[in-house]
Amino acid sequence: MFKLGKTKIPHRKHTAAMEAVRMPAPASVLIPMSQHIGAPAVPVVKAGDKVYVGTKIADAGGFVSAPIHSSVSGTVKKIEAFLSSNGRSCPAVFIESDGEMTPDPELKPPVVTNIDELCNAIRESGLVGLGGAGFPTSVKLEAEKKGLIKKIVINGAECEPYITADTRTMIDDADYVVKGIKILEKFISADEVFIGIEKNKPEAIAKLQGLFKDDPKVRISVLPSTYPQGAEKVLVYNTTGLVIPEGGLPSDVGCLVMNVTSVAFIAHYLETGMPLVEKCLTVDGSAVKSPKNVIVPIGSKVSDVLNFVGMPEDIGKVLYGGPMMGIAIYNLDDPILKNNNAIVAFTKKDALPARQYACIHCGRCVAACPLGLNPTIYAKAMKVEDKDDRAARLTDAKLNLCMECGCCSFVCPSRRPLVETNRLAKADLRAYQAAKKN
Amino acid sequence: MNKLIVSSSPHIRTKNETPRVMLDVIIALLPSAVAGTVIFGLRALLVIATCVLASVVSEFLFNIIVKKEQTIFDLSAIVTGLILALNLRADAPVWQCIIGSVFAIIVVKCLFGGLGCNFANPAIAGRIFLLICFTGTIGGGANPASVDLVTSATPLEIMKGTDIVGLPSLMDMFLGVKGGAIGETCIAAILLGFVYLVARKVIHFETPLVFVATVFVLALVITNDPTLALYHVLAGGLVFGAVFMATDYVTTPITRSGKMIFAVGCGVITTLIRFYGSYPEGVSFSILLMNILSPYIEKWTAPKALGGKKA
Repeated sequence: MFKLGKTKIPHRKHTAAMEAVRMPAPASVLIPMSQHIGAPAVPVVKAGDKVYVGTKIADAGGFVSAPIHSSVSGTVKKIEAFLSSNGRSCPAVFIESDGEMTPDPELKPPVVTNIDELCNAIRESGLVGLGGAGFPTSVKLEAEKKGLIKKIVINGAECEPYITADTRTMIDDADYVVKGIKILEKFISADEVFIGIEKNKPEAIAKLQGLFKDDPKVRISVLPSTYPQGAEKVLVYNTTGLVIPEGGLPSDVGCLVMNVTSVAFIAHYLETGMPLVEKCLTVDGSAVKSPKNVIVPIGSKVSDVLNFVGMPEDIGKVLYGGPMMGIAIYNLDDPILKNNNAIVAFTKKDALPARQYACIHCGRCVAACPLGLNPTIYAKAMKVEDKDDRAARLTDAKLNLCMECGCCSFVCPSRRPLVETNRLAKADLRAYQAAKKN
Repeated sequence: MNKLIVSSSPHIRTKNETPRVMLDVIIALLPSAVAGTVIFGLRALLVIATCVLASVVSEFLFNIIVKKEQTIFDLSAIVTGLILALNLRADAPVWQCIIGSVFAIIVVKCLFGGLGCNFANPAIAGRIFLLICFTGTIGGGANPASVDLVTSATPLEIMKGTDIVGLPSLMDMFLGVKGGAIGETCIAAILLGFVYLVARKVIHFETPLVFVATVFVLALVITNDPTLALYHVLAGGLVFGAVFMATDYVTTPITRSGKMIFAVGCGVITTLIRFYGSYPEGVSFSILLMNILSPYIEKWTAPKALGGKKA
């Protein structure tokens, strides 16, 4: 069958065979209230409060939101404004750790007997999409209440270079992956479950194929080792053949898409009642001498994590996430967030911007775009001075379909800043549409 | 405090850079340049050197005069000079070579905004400019140095008349022992460059193939003679133009299906000019005309966005 997403990028999965190691308790954690798509969470603790691992420190701030829990045991010192690397500001809870990592004694496994209880339990767990987008998982499950879900698609593609956190989940926590999928099968009336895994993870594929061989509903879809197999629309198409319409969600075509680590977390949560307080991260990149998979309390400083694997001497750029879509941070004291799955650090040499040349109209970006867009149009449109004309060109060329996966910029021999231009263009279009409304 | 570099994703890029792409084209043109020098003598080398030098120098000076960032290091000026030279006769006067190169680089490329902004292929426009200005010394072709022919007519000029006697053998046509431009005659050398470009993924194989196939099929329909149709494929600048000029990125549609339409259009126009036009050869004109249509073809063949709604 024809597959989308054919860009060949380096894999660099150095840590694929490394079981995750647990980082010791950090001295303190800074937990921002906005670690998901939607309204920021609202703090329910105040300075001086004693908290344990798993104690709720903030409640969901709206329907599309998620509660947040303490990742260490210790004392809340202050609630301060935090300016994140993406330029947005939100409150953050600063907790001094007592180094004990005592779990909250009041935590107990939730009782789940139907979809409503499952939704509520997942909401209370603080789970957000762990693949990177950070969409509150309970909101996705609402589609089931309307009877919309026919297929479940589990994302184990992990298409970014370096990152192997999901790979390790599928191998080390395969039992929880199986239990998680059984829970979804039990409460969701889907008749098919697809687990999409890239071909470059033979161990994970073999393990899950073995564990699911008696479950006729579950199919392991082996995806090509090309980028971006893990992008939602690409994944849904390549596993089920369904096309998510423009501006739509997977539920519009009857699909529920969930990251494999999210699924394993659900099983773990229903068993232990321990909410989302830690994350497995791949720490790698040209600056990191000994790459590792590390289990990190959420809110730990990036520098804590780097110190744990050995602080690089030559460090030029540090990313939340992989090199294709990751966000470059400017402060090593920034905290680890729920939806982080990697810290990638590059040397100064690898961090320097590449020399740009003029666009030679070679069409490599058009051929590379998994969604069938033409990135050259956006770059040209952004040079148009007339606002209406510019907005019309951007809209006609479906700018908002762009998911910023990075394929176009990656393949461009002239190193044009195509993704960057698309981001600027989206902001420009938003401003134009907002001005039109008023 | 360790200062960190921040930038928009993606944070890794392909190793393949634009100058490397241009270098690949230059490498692919070398067999034709060598073959032309062997067939037509050292005079061919003078034409090649003149055009390349004149192209690079004019781009260099233009950038200095208009205070633009120096762009000669992207190597595209060398490509233009080389392609223009290989389109000329080995006995083309040096001053005409210079005029052609300056016209191609300054008027066709730089004045439109430089690499990537020109609407027509600079080398082709330069050649056509020379052809119109100096028909006597640019049209037709020089004779191979190795053969002493009385007539200076190229195979296409022979075919234009009713007299098809006097055409070189098909093997001579393939190896290039015939009248013509420096780089056009040796089909074997061009194919070597073609294979290299396809292997390096610089071009898709379809554009040249569709262009040449269109000419062959149309010539076959018109003449009803497979041998004559084959002569039409091997004669003139068809194979050279199809491989090196109809595949120019800047002046052809960006989509793969658009490139096909472009190639078919080139084939049709070339055949029409060869059989019914007043010039013996139509490859350059066909590519130039299709260059102008490219933006429209690109619009018609816009890729379909996944799940995209009709506007």
